[in-house]
Amino acid sequence: MNNRIKLREERVMRNLAAGATYSVIALLLFIIGVIFVKGAGALSFGMMLELPKGGFYYGGEGGIANAIVGSVYIAVGATLLAVIVGMPIALFLNVYLIRYQRAQSAIRYFLDTLWGIPSIVYGAFGFTLMLYLGMSASLLAGIITVALLITPILVRTFDDVLCTIPRGLYEASFALGSGKGETAFRVIFRQGFSGFITALLLAFGRGIGDAASVLFTAGYTDLIPEHLDDPAATLPLAIFFQLGSPIPEVRARAFASAAILTLLILAISLIARYLSRKYSINVIK
Amino acid sequence: MISGLTLLLMMPVIIGIALYIKSSPLIGQQSAWHLIVSSDWLPTRGKFGFWPFIASSLYVTFLSFLLAAPVCLFSAIHLTQFASNRLVRVMQPVLDILAGLPSVIYGVWGILIVVPLISYLFAPLFRMSSSGYTLLAGGVVLAIMCIPYMLNMLIEVFSTVPVGMKEASLSLGATEWQSVKHVVLRKSFPGIISAFGLSVAKAFGETIAVMMVVGNQVRLTWNPFEAGYPLPALIANNYGEMLSIPMYDSALMFAALVLLVVILLINLIFRYLIQLVQK
Repeated sequence: MNNRIKLREERVMRNLAAGATYSVIALLLFIIGVIFVKGAGALSFGMMLELPKGGFYYGGEGGIANAIVGSVYIAVGATLLAVIVGMPIALFLNVYLIRYQRAQSAIRYFLDTLWGIPSIVYGAFGFTLMLYLGMSASLLAGIITVALLITPILVRTFDDVLCTIPRGLYEASFALGSGKGETAFRVIFRQGFSGFITALLLAFGRGIGDAASVLFTAGYTDLIPEHLDDPAATLPLAIFFQLGSPIPEVRARAFASAAILTLLILAISLIARYLSRKYSINVIK
Repeated sequence: MISGLTLLLMMPVIIGIALYIKSSPLIGQQSAWHLIVSSDWLPTRGKFGFWPFIASSLYVTFLSFLLAAPVCLFSAIHLTQFASNRLVRVMQPVLDILAGLPSVIYGVWGILIVVPLISYLFAPLFRMSSSGYTLLAGGVVLAIMCIPYMLNMLIEVFSTVPVGMKEASLSLGATEWQSVKHVVLRKSFPGIISAFGLSVAKAFGETIAVMMVVGNQVRLTWNPFEAGYPLPALIANNYGEMLSIPMYDSALMFAALVLLVVILLINLIFRYLIQLVQK
């Protein structure tokens, strides 16, 4: 009797667990499916290549090239900044602090905490900083704010891969007489290159998709920004603003823009997987 | 490198100070505690009570936790204890993509699916009429956004439980599920709590997706079929007007400060707990 209850519980719980897992996969397919099916209606190449024309926000002609280019500008700029600041930090953390385990784990702890700060707070801070420096909403302000947001992500993701590099490799490099800087950039960076690519693309994806941080700082414009102090439109905000409209054509275009953004993110994720596999072939394990 | 690292690590402090300075005109007028517990929101008359927003935030976060936690727990158990290697391999990109989708996409999905579903199906089920832009919709969308985050952490937590422990339990005649229930879950209990705590913190600060489906009306309600107005949505929605009404910018920066402090505290506590467990 007792045995039967036990076995029934076993069966029910295992099925529940499997069901939960498959439902997560189904959910992803459902979300992406809905976005593409809804977006397909208004999606066209013209939309990706044209700027908004007169009456665009009342259902007129045009496209969202301004937002696509603006988003790419901001994400590329922010990723560059994040790499310049973050890449040496991750290497420093692993090479220079190799003998100080406690310091390493303390720094990781704070970096993780930094990752948890929501992007709207970075947005508000970026806005404050912008006013303090006397800038107006611009490409540069957006880039700086997004860079603040994605640097901890880049550092921690890169660091996670560097962590797995065996200690022997450091020792071999030091034993051959190379200094710490040489070890970091010539040996460890090369070893962890696949992780660097993953971190880079993850940060880039986050930068392109984040709306709350650029809402205050990047402004919005129908033109493609030409200078760092021009305002810049971004794709997530373009979706958000177009969705706010009651006109069906504009809403349809918002769905199409969402499909474009999803496509971009999926492409970035695929490229990241491909590159990280490609570059981890020669890694010493 | 050292200066870069120091600067990065000081970021929360710098952000905190900057937001505090910006919100100090308001805090000078009314105490911070009074601002948090008061519920009069009349910016034009200089009355800033944040309680409706904080309550909305807490409510939406709580709903999302209720919805996401069981799914993640079961799914993490399946992936670490029962699943085939192939499923685990498939699951990794699935979670990566779910985590990587921008929040505005979840918002669009929420407007397309969750909002009509609530308006036409669930609200009539409880004999209520609702536009669909409700606290419940916010909770559902948030729950889905939390899943990859929570699931990843739970998988990590469960995989630190030594296999030998479970095997010892199995060898004593326990079934697989009994071993999971009495050994794996118990051993990783602090880790589970931390994973839950961290995803709650994440949900608390999520902005755009929630703002798109939650209705954005200032009111105190416990009915999930009514609209709410969470704290991040307040900040994001009013940035345009914030310089035209006196003290309004201070109030919004104060809201950002509250978010920062709450989320930092939760993160510091639970990440510490997780580090303790992993040793």
